[in-house]
Amino acid sequence: MRRVAIIGVGMTKFGEHWEKGFRELVIEAGLKAITDAGLQGNEISAGYVGNMASGSLIGQEHVGALIADQMGLNPIPITRVEAACASGGAALRQGYLAVASGLHDFVVVGGVEKMNDLDTNAVSQILGGAGDQEWELFLGATFPGIYALAARRYMHEFGATEEMMAAVAVKNHDNGSLNPYAQFQNKIDIEKVMKSKIVADPLKVFDCSPITDGAAAVVLASLDIAKKHNEQPIEIVASAQASDTLALHSREKITELKATKIAAQKAYDLAKITSKDVDVCEVHDCFTIAEILATEDLGFFKKGEGGKAALEGRTALNSEISINTSGGLKAAGHPVGATGVKQAVEITWQLRGQAEKRQVKDAEVGLSHNVGGSGATAVVHVYKKV
Amino acid sequence: MKESIPLTWRRIPERYRLKGSQCETCSTTFFPPRIICPKCRRKGKMKEFHFAGKGKVFTFTEIHSPASGFENQVPYLFAIIELDEGAKLSAQIVDARKEDVKIGDKVEAVFRKIQSDDPEGLIHYGFKFRLVK
Repeated sequence: MRRVAIIGVGMTKFGEHWEKGFRELVIEAGLKAITDAGLQGNEISAGYVGNMASGSLIGQEHVGALIADQMGLNPIPITRVEAACASGGAALRQGYLAVASGLHDFVVVGGVEKMNDLDTNAVSQILGGAGDQEWELFLGATFPGIYALAARRYMHEFGATEEMMAAVAVKNHDNGSLNPYAQFQNKIDIEKVMKSKIVADPLKVFDCSPITDGAAAVVLASLDIAKKHNEQPIEIVASAQASDTLALHSREKITELKATKIAAQKAYDLAKITSKDVDVCEVHDCFTIAEILATEDLGFFKKGEGGKAALEGRTALNSEISINTSGGLKAAGHPVGATGVKQAVEITWQLRGQAEKRQVKDAEVGLSHNVGGSGATAVVHVYKKV
Repeated sequence: MKESIPLTWRRIPERYRLKGSQCETCSTTFFPPRIICPKCRRKGKMKEFHFAGKGKVFTFTEIHSPASGFENQVPYLFAIIELDEGAKLSAQIVDARKEDVKIGDKVEAVFRKIQSDDPEGLIHYGFKFRLVK
């Protein structure tokens, strides 16, 4: 296996892009990444794109070929990767494997979702497909509802409060206010979260990530080659993925994501580090409860203490562990297929020292954590400065 | 989400009569039924297993932004139920308000209309749960 590095990154602003369609978004991110890598484009010999639901959202399948076509990358092999909200992280892993295996020297990995062409109800139904359609969604579950089930059980088992979950949203909006790419760049307070409309009790509007248009892309190369093209290659020192039951109810415990724990342990072993070595971390906060579970499952806090830690500010920028410096899914936005790739973009900026106002001091080791559905897929990557 | 007629027809034994499965090797029960026991895999042997429909509330929520087809029920209670025979499933809790429900409460399955297509279309039936007083 060869060592793999990120040599170029790029993304669109996340938000509502009424003037731009799927192809404009993905081309913008892709061109930025290839330019950032200092390549012409013809060096790239394969591509992967994370996308959850283009068929349902815009009626377009076969988006790998569409992107190669529109990017002028024909005839390279390019393949769409789908793992619900973890599509981006799973695509990154495919790109990593393609370079690590020695088959390709330069690979582009994109993530994209165009969501605002449909109304909120339609989008919610489509996102429901990340869960068990026949045994959760058809019976009346919604995605916020499924995470609300986990939230109530977590509160029951560990005495956590709604304020603890609200603190996650407040912190992520604080970080988002420092990120020019974020969908929401406004600060909020706990009272605003607590008074927002109930979506699925105990989760309120401000506990939920929004509907977002956006794209992100990275260029990968083998580390030896990367050094010739880029002054600051960022090495991917671990790529790990795990799966679990599709339906939340089939799991023994719903106050942890077993797939996250397994993927994280594998990633730490591969990278020869522990959670204590991580300086900056992007976790999958599709709902505030999800960030609390993630900070525990990734090993930053003991089970049951993640909520308290959030409320005490231990996950804020440049605190004990800087979590979701981009604003996370909550404030930066969640164009589902793009999210896992955006996390890699943010970590790369952090490790290069290019994160401007939200820069984590002396960041050496980064981690990204991308989840599909209610935890049926988890993808963890670890990154290091070279 | 609207479900096709063949799919609904295919699921009648599970949705009407709580037909699940049990692995003869490890005795674990499953709902909905599984073809392969994830614990025993090739050494497992699945047989049909009918649940009695009694259980406890494992966790619950009150949904205010509804799933498609549930708009006229808002807000409605939705839960994970731990069946007495071991498996867990997702279902609505009916005939109760949020204040009435606690984790651990005893519940029983009832046969109800889940949702219907347009006025001329198919009515989908299945299980919901209610509190046992």
